[in-house]
This record gives sequence, C-alpha cells and structure tokens, in this order.
Amino acid sequence: MRILTMIKRILTEMLRDKRTLALMFIAPLFILSLLYFLFQSNTDQTAALGVRNVDTTLVKAVNNNHVKIHQISSDKSAETIIRDHDYAGVLSQNGDHLTLTLQNSDQSKTAILKQSLQKGQIELKSKAARTAIKTQAKALKKMQAALAAVTRQMGRAGNGKQVAQPAAGKQLKAAPSYTVTTHYLYGSSNSTYFNTLLPILIGFVVFFFVFLISGIALLRERTTGTLNRLLATPIKRGEVIMGYLSGYGIFALIQTLLVVLFTIYVFNIQILGNIWNIFLINILLAVVALTLGLLISTFASSEFQMVQFIPIVVIPQIFFSGIIPVNQMADWLQPVAKIMPLYYGSQSMSDVIQKGATIGDIAPSLGILLIFVVVFLVLNMLSMRHYRQV
Amino acid sequence: MTEVIQVSDLEQGYGKTVVLKDINLTVNSGEILALIGPSGAGKTTLVSTIMGMLKPMKGQVTVLDTPMPNRQLLAKIGFMAQTDALYESLTANENLMFFGSMQGISRKALKEKIPYAANIVNLVPDLKKYVKDYSGGMKRRLSLAIALVSDPEILILDEPTVGIDPELRQQIWNELHKLANAGRTILLTTHVMEDAEEADDVMMIRNGAAIAQGTPKQLITEYGVKSSETVFLAAGRQQDAHTNND
Repeated sequence: MRILTMIKRILTEMLRDKRTLALMFIAPLFILSLLYFLFQSNTDQTAALGVRNVDTTLVKAVNNNHVKIHQISSDKSAETIIRDHDYAGVLSQNGDHLTLTLQNSDQSKTAILKQSLQKGQIELKSKAARTAIKTQAKALKKMQAALAAVTRQMGRAGNGKQVAQPAAGKQLKAAPSYTVTTHYLYGSSNSTYFNTLLPILIGFVVFFFVFLISGIALLRERTTGTLNRLLATPIKRGEVIMGYLSGYGIFALIQTLLVVLFTIYVFNIQILGNIWNIFLINILLAVVALTLGLLISTFASSEFQMVQFIPIVVIPQIFFSGIIPVNQMADWLQPVAKIMPLYYGSQSMSDVIQKGATIGDIAPSLGILLIFVVVFLVLNMLSMRHYRQV
Repeated sequence: MTEVIQVSDLEQGYGKTVVLKDINLTVNSGEILALIGPSGAGKTTLVSTIMGMLKPMKGQVTVLDTPMPNRQLLAKIGFMAQTDALYESLTANENLMFFGSMQGISRKALKEKIPYAANIVNLVPDLKKYVKDYSGGMKRRLSLAIALVSDPEILILDEPTVGIDPELRQQIWNELHKLANAGRTILLTTHVMEDAEEADDVMMIRNGAAIAQGTPKQLITEYGVKSSETVFLAAGRQQDAHTNND
C-alpha cells in the first residue's frame, strides 16, 4: 500500500518535471543518432599518398578506392612535402629500395597506406608467379605427353597410374584462379565499426541515464529533508527502497524499450538472437544502474558532487565494456572488467545481437547482474540506517 | 494521568561528540512540554531520539510504555520537522495525502481529515496550489498540518512557530490547547519565550544539558525574576559559573 503511494508520488513528480522527462527520453536517442552518423562517414575514408620515382606498375597496384595518388616531381624532403600538402604519406623509390614516410597523425590513414602497399606488392609478386607457373605448365605438359607415350609402350601395368596422371594435370590448371565468395555471419560488407559498437552502446546509454536520474532524484529527497521526514512515518526502510526502485523503474523501463526499439527500427540493426533477450538484459542493466544510483547518492551531498561521481563510477565502465576488447588487455587489467556491471551487460548484448546467443548462453552474465542488484540493494538498506535505526 | 513520554538518564551524540547528557523528562498525557534553548543546544537531537530516529547512547527513552526506537509506534506520533520537508512539485493537498497515507491513514479517512488540519493553519483556500508557489510561512503551516492530519496521540513539533505571524500563532496555540485538553500529548521545541509560557511545562536546555525544569510560573518564582526570559539568562549564568568551578 505504502509502496503504491510512493510510486504514485514519484510518477506525479516526474510527469510534472518536463525537462527531466525530456532528458531521460530524448537525450539517449540523440546520443545514439549522433554516434551513428559519426561512424557512417568512416567507411569511405581516403588517404592521400605522394609518390616519387615509383614504378608505374607498383603505383597501379597500390592504387585503390581508399588511396588518392599524387605524383611528386619536386626533390624536397618527404617531411616537407607531407607538411605542405597534408598528405597521409609519401612513397619514394631508389633502385630496389622503397621508402614510405607517414604523417601518422591519423592511424586509420596510416593503416590504409600500409595495407595498400602490402596488397600492391603481393599483387605484383603473384602476377610474376603466375607467369612463371604458365611457363612451367607448358614444360610440364610436354613432359606429360612424353610420359604418356612411355606408359603406353610399357603396356597395361596398372590402372591406378593412368587415373592419377590426368588428375594431376587438372589440379595444375585450377590452382592460379580462386574465386572468393564471402559470407557474413553477422552484418554485411557494409558493416562499420558502429555495428560492433552498437550493442555495447545500447547497454551503456541505458545504464548511464538511469544511473544519473535515479541518483539525482534520491539526492533531492535527501537534501530537501523529505527522506528524513518520510522515515519519521512507520514506513519500512525496505518499502522506501522498493518504492524508489519501482517508481523510477517504470521510467527506466520505458526508456530502455525506447532505446532498444529506436536502434532496431531506425538504425535497422540486424539481430541474430531473440529480441526479448535484449529487453531482458537491458532491463536488468537498468535495475543495476538504479540501485547503484540510489547507493551512490548516499555519498554525495549535492547534485554537484553526484555529477563528480560520473568519472569514477561510469567512465571506467565504458572502457571495460568491450569498446576495447577485454581479452586484448594486459593480464592484470582483465580481472578489473569482471567487477564492472556494464561488462556483463555489454558482453551478453554483443553475444545476443551478433552471435545469436540464447537465454541459456547469457544466463551466467544475467546471474551476475542479479547479484549486483542484490548487493546494491543490501547496501542501500544499510545506508538508510543512517536516517533511522529501526 | 499516564506517562506518555519518559526519558531517563539520556546521553546522546554522534560518534565521539556528546550532544546531550543527563536528560530526564516526563510528559504526561494531555500535557504540553516546551523544550527551550539557544540553537545548537541539542533540542533537535533530543527530539530525534524521542522519535527513535537515533538509538540512545546511554539511558532510556520510552514512549507509550514502548522502549524507543520502535518503528510501529511512529504511527501514533505526528511530527513536524525543523526544516520544511515538502515535495515542491506537488500541491499542498497532494503532500497531505502522501504523508497521511504514509502514516497509515486510509484515503477515505484522509479526505475528511485534510480540511480539518488545513483549517487549523488557515490553508484551506490554498490547498490546490503547488508548494513551490508557497511563501515560507505557508510552508511552515503546511508542515504543521501534515503533523496534525493523522490526528495522532502524540505531537512532536520542532520549532513550529518560526515564520508564523502573531495572529496565526495565537490561533495555533488555541488549537494545541484544545488538543491537549482532549488528551493529546504535545512536545515542542522553541527558542521564543512566548511559546514556552503557553506550555504546561518548560525544560531549558543549554550546551546539551537541562539547566532548569518546571512550570513557567514555578521557574519565575524559583529564580526570583520577573519574566521567563530572565529565568533563562539567570539559569544560563548559573551553568557557566558551575562549569568554571569544575
């Protein structure tokens, strides 16, 4: 009964606070859209490459959609040329020796140039190899004919040999020309980094906004004294926590649904797993954020201090959420990820969206998130003791 | 007359700092006790301890024969905090409804009790207004109405008359006397002598210790002075002299 009254009060308060409502529902969508557009432009990035005295065959091999070739005739140093023209790199040839000078202020451009140069070299080498093979094949054919003549003369010694020889000939012809068809388990050839990032981002955005708003809302109760006044009534401490949890939980739920539906329908994201698992993960993540927000607000004495907790509580979670692959981190750093709720949320989000994980696959992560909820709830109950000891 | 609130040998503080020491008081049913003292004397700490928000460090607090802290007993106490703890984005009526049902009163009963409580503090015409549009005095009155709305056996009021004009103050006091006559027990804190003079019993607190206790008239005769204002000053001087001798 008391919990219901508390929920009703929180709903009334929130619905009258238009700015907070707008922040809660529009800001996450805004941030996700912004990121979406930021990562879109990344796919057709080109790097400018200056070339000097380089063999035209190599230049042709290096050239592709992502490289813009500029011929250089001046004999200024590569550094000066890069600075003057803002090239990503300069390639110069001296006899058999190639020198690649890179600006390296944008690592993605550096990677494009390195890759293109490597690819070009391989292409040239394989071309050379192909011509060599052709001449060899001609020689082999001659030998085969001679060999066949010899076998015929030897009479019908064995069938096996005769079968084996034409097969070897076929193999030789088929070897040089592979055709590659690529199948993508997730996404398509148009996939960008955003597709990898999105499952993590959904979890993060839900976590961050729920944390912020629930934390500040309870803080307001503490600073205005209404929490104290509330505890001067026979309400149980658990009822107070459950009231907040359900009241703000309703908004967190709406927000989560909104974010997930928005990403699915507006960004047209492909989901291999079950969409209900995605809702489940995010709702659980929102509850973790809610209980953590309530708890952290205990340690803040003003909204200003609450905001200062963001760099400590929220930002490290982004680092360990999978934006930087956790299994590539230093060994001693990897366990740190395991104490971050967002790590479990993001991992299972990626698994469901990109690998089609089932509820059974993500159950361990969900279990750990539940443990976080329980731990934070207990700590919240204890912190309420500060206000009333029974 | 039964003892409603009883505090014996109470010592209270936060951590290692002692805020209150050797407090003994008794409030009988139908009695009004005023705790008077300068700010920082420990009045609010004493009130919090009686309410059971804090566990006594030493000594005992009993309310209606129940040792405090006790959560259920809070349903029988109407409390008015020193700071106005109100939800600003709700109307006065919504605040009364909320705290009333937290106190354990049904919505139906509250619909009858809210006009009564609002009437005592002259807030009936302003019940539909948002609290954020209220003046300081109106908020104070609304806080008092919240304490009254559950029609509790015990009223504990922390500085109830701050920011309330003399006319309304008189009206509130008339109502408090009426409640006391009907058997309600009232404990309030104040730093204004006029309030203390209205009470049946006065307890003066200074630096965490009770320095004088009795009816306002008793105290005036005991200290051989003309007004209760001077009683306080005299008792304070005595306490200082005493501590200097230690």
